[in-house]
Amino acid sequence: MLFILPPERRGMRKDSNYYILVGSIILFVIVNIVLMSSGRLPLSSDGFGIILGAGITLAIYSFLYKDNPAFKITENLYVGVSLGYTIIITWYNFLKPDLYDPLIVPLFSAAAEKAPQYSLIIPSMLGVFMLLRFSRRLSWLSRWTFAFVVGLGAGVSIPRVISAFILEQIKPSLHPLFSGGETVFSSINTLLILLGVISVLIYFIFSVEHKGSIGTISKIGIWFLMISFGASFGYTVMGRLSLLIGRIQFLLKDWLGVLQ
Amino acid sequence: MERLLHIDRRIIFAIITVAVIVSLILRFELPIPASIPVQGVYNKVESLPEGSHVLISFDYDPSSKEELQPMAIAFLHHCFQRNLKVIGMTHYPGSPGLAERAIVSVAEQYRKVNGEDYVFLGFKPGSASLIINMGENLYSAFPKDYYGNDTSTLPILQEVDSLRDIELLFDLAAGTTIELWIVYGKEKYKFELGAGCTAVMGPDMYPFLQSKQLVGLLGGLKGAAEYEALVGKEANAVSGMRPQSVVHVIIILFVIFGNVIYFASGKARHA
Repeated sequence: MLFILPPERRGMRKDSNYYILVGSIILFVIVNIVLMSSGRLPLSSDGFGIILGAGITLAIYSFLYKDNPAFKITENLYVGVSLGYTIIITWYNFLKPDLYDPLIVPLFSAAAEKAPQYSLIIPSMLGVFMLLRFSRRLSWLSRWTFAFVVGLGAGVSIPRVISAFILEQIKPSLHPLFSGGETVFSSINTLLILLGVISVLIYFIFSVEHKGSIGTISKIGIWFLMISFGASFGYTVMGRLSLLIGRIQFLLKDWLGVLQ
Repeated sequence: MERLLHIDRRIIFAIITVAVIVSLILRFELPIPASIPVQGVYNKVESLPEGSHVLISFDYDPSSKEELQPMAIAFLHHCFQRNLKVIGMTHYPGSPGLAERAIVSVAEQYRKVNGEDYVFLGFKPGSASLIINMGENLYSAFPKDYYGNDTSTLPILQEVDSLRDIELLFDLAAGTTIELWIVYGKEKYKFELGAGCTAVMGPDMYPFLQSKQLVGLLGGLKGAAEYEALVGKEANAVSGMRPQSVVHVIIILFVIFGNVIYFASGKARHA
């Protein structure tokens, strides 16, 4: 409520930003009234959902002009709604079908058709122990859970990570340049991969001074790294732009009805 | 010259926004040829016999919707056109609403029946442990589907006991789930894996294409547009390619402009 009070009453300096914010909100309300009265937006939950989506989109993008109360409200709303949604989804998709229904319900309900799955007590207790980190007296119990998680995680992960990320990745680097039936371009690709791997690895050897032939190869490695960073940055620009395009498509198509 | 080096960034934002709006409203055609990674996913789906089981992992939430939802819809069109059995699931708690809407809306167009032609298993936490659980026994990983139906009674899952019975797994990823599927799923259970990811993640996924750990890859909105064009269902991603191309040209011009002004102002000599 603080944000809708005039700046004088909040002890703020009365500046043009306040009027821009109030003017934008009034304009947004007028546009929606026109859209609803002309029948472009339905007078239903769908219509109000689109208006809410449009308002939140504009409020978030208003940050590009300047940080403002509309952006802050929306930002906090996003955090709260996401958390609430996650809790509900976790309950209905995970805790209820996997723990509450097979263990708790049969334990306390005489009408239950299946016997309780007592084996679920052990993982449940380990989960509860994890939360005991917040208790000074009982936090030592959380170490049992962490020991279990770390031991299991390391045992399961190490062989698979080595196989998937190291051994499988080495194969294309060791691929023969000419194995018959391949095009000249694929052979050039293989050569480039080999050159890139070796030069970048040499660049990251810091125990040898980068002079002479080592220096030359490490410079080639830097070029490979720079090209890789450039490609990543180009993809990032494309990705961020896609998000903007998607939001503008929503505003023009679903909200204003300008696009078909 | 000095003033040009300190243009208010909001002017650039405004130019980009106007360019996007104008190129969305003005309709002009741009060629969208399929790249080799996108063609790889398409060819794999084409090669599957009717009735094959395809598992789609919708691992994204609304913050990546603009890139991955068009991809999901185009891929679902292809699966249902080919009469494949679609199994949906997600590692992301924010995804079930988006995933369910995509599956149901496309399935309705092909008159597919829930439980027979497709099933949505919903969200389950656990990431790596969930994948391992699915690899051993799908029913214990997902005792019930998104709507609360017992998965062991669903006709679509009668021939599927674990990940070993999946002909193709397609991961739509906004995070690290592609690596998870490779490490904990593909390595042991030996299914074919294709992926769609946000553009930001694209370059990191190319090594997996090179090593053939992925059959193909759809990268960002461009990948989605290519797939839409391949399956003949041109929608938001294809129309998004117009502003994408126009704005890329503008950004390149800005980069050239900035560098020319920088060198012309003599700052490079003083640096």
